[in-house]
Amino acid sequence: MRLIIVAGPPSAGKTTLTRQIINGLQNKSKNKNKVSYLKIDVVRAFEDEELKKEFGIPTKKIYSGDLCPDHAGIMVLRDAVVWAEENESDLLIVESAGLCLRCSPYVTEGLGIVVLSAISGTNTPLKMGPMITLADLAVVTKIDLISQAEREVFREKIKEVNGNIDIIETNALQGTGMRYLMRIVDSLSDIDKEKVMLKGEPPLGVCTICIGKKDIGWQNHFGVIRRLKDADYLYRGD
Amino acid sequence: MKHAEIEEITILPGRKKDGEAEDFGSIVITLGETISIVGPTGSGKSAFINDIEMFAQHDTVTGRTILVNGEHPPEEYVRDPSKKPIASITQNTQCLADLLVKNFLEMHARARKMVDCEVIQKTIDLANEFTGEKILPGMKVTELSGGQTRALMIADATLISNTPIILLDEIENAGIFKDRVIECVKRFRKAVVFVTHDPLIALLSDKRIVMKNGAVEKVLTPKEEEKPILKRIMLMDKRMDVIREKIRQGESICD
Repeated sequence: MRLIIVAGPPSAGKTTLTRQIINGLQNKSKNKNKVSYLKIDVVRAFEDEELKKEFGIPTKKIYSGDLCPDHAGIMVLRDAVVWAEENESDLLIVESAGLCLRCSPYVTEGLGIVVLSAISGTNTPLKMGPMITLADLAVVTKIDLISQAEREVFREKIKEVNGNIDIIETNALQGTGMRYLMRIVDSLSDIDKEKVMLKGEPPLGVCTICIGKKDIGWQNHFGVIRRLKDADYLYRGD
Repeated sequence: MKHAEIEEITILPGRKKDGEAEDFGSIVITLGETISIVGPTGSGKSAFINDIEMFAQHDTVTGRTILVNGEHPPEEYVRDPSKKPIASITQNTQCLADLLVKNFLEMHARARKMVDCEVIQKTIDLANEFTGEKILPGMKVTELSGGQTRALMIADATLISNTPIILLDEIENAGIFKDRVIECVKRFRKAVVFVTHDPLIALLSDKRIVMKNGAVEKVLTPKEEEKPILKRIMLMDKRMDVIREKIRQGESICD
């Protein structure tokens, strides 16, 4: 079974892209390309129901709630692989909510795709860190809405963050540029589920804010803290 | 193949909506030419220029194939916008960056690793040939009018991207001087493909590609007897411009 993990900021076009991939595969051969889909989100998500209805494929969602969605994702990924195998799927697509830009949900097996909206501003790629640096492929959506100049600059900025990344531009509603993505999806090899590891280093520890301390000011927290006047990271034990 | 080496693109026929083969041999667009795509809504005009923009290789819904200088184009033409020899400007295309006009163009020139400092002013000057509302280097791109934005994008595609082929999808309502755009195309030896409902643009073009039912119905070249009519339409267009400007200035058209 093959594995694709899709990440990207909210409303970048992750689900529309997922739709295009499933659509592309089903157009080729319904029996050979059976897809299972898992959506990881924080509060609410509807994509699993939409895709189940539209394509008749097995779908699931989990809400991470108080956990970071990437944390929740890595916790459940092993179960998700087993679930997709039980569905006799050839491909598992995991779509992550991608809210926090300090970590990334990609794993060592399969394909990691970051979805970026061209209308999000030319400096956005520079702000995204591991979600771009650890991805195998960047898909830039909504390219029909911006000027040629900004398209070129947007691409340069992605390359600045990750010089090796493969970039595909698409207007996913009409599916332009999808032929290159489908070629990559077709060439993926099966994953070895014993070898699936998180690709990036998780962020430094769990902080006191994560565990629910609400007081403002570094004086009230432990771990990695920061004062306004210092540029450096500080560590304070409990 | 570099931009400078592109001389012509060829469109090979695909299929009609009913699956039958399109009945034209091939359409060749040469640099310096102006082409108009005409036809009713839903006739396949946008799909046609989409094929050109994506360098379709028998892999789009229309099944058409696009060749460059008679050969299959390299993949980077589609995948890397800085290598792409086509700039596409539609009604939806916007400049979103919160930048001044000169900084916007500088950003683009930098991404293209251009060293010519004069190109920024040249681009603004060219854009000002296309629009009656003067664009200043210190204006914000997000505050430009529709006409100014289109004018700037066409000038940017011509001088900074320096793409040999420019696609303009229904830009007639944007308030730019179409005849000057067409003249500029000849001057800089670009090929321009208009998708248009504007009779003046259609008649000024070197070829008119007529679309019907998702397919190319025919390719027309202007006839001699159309020329006097074209002259009259140009005069009418000038008069419409005057009236439009009066209305915009809040004047009575009888003054």
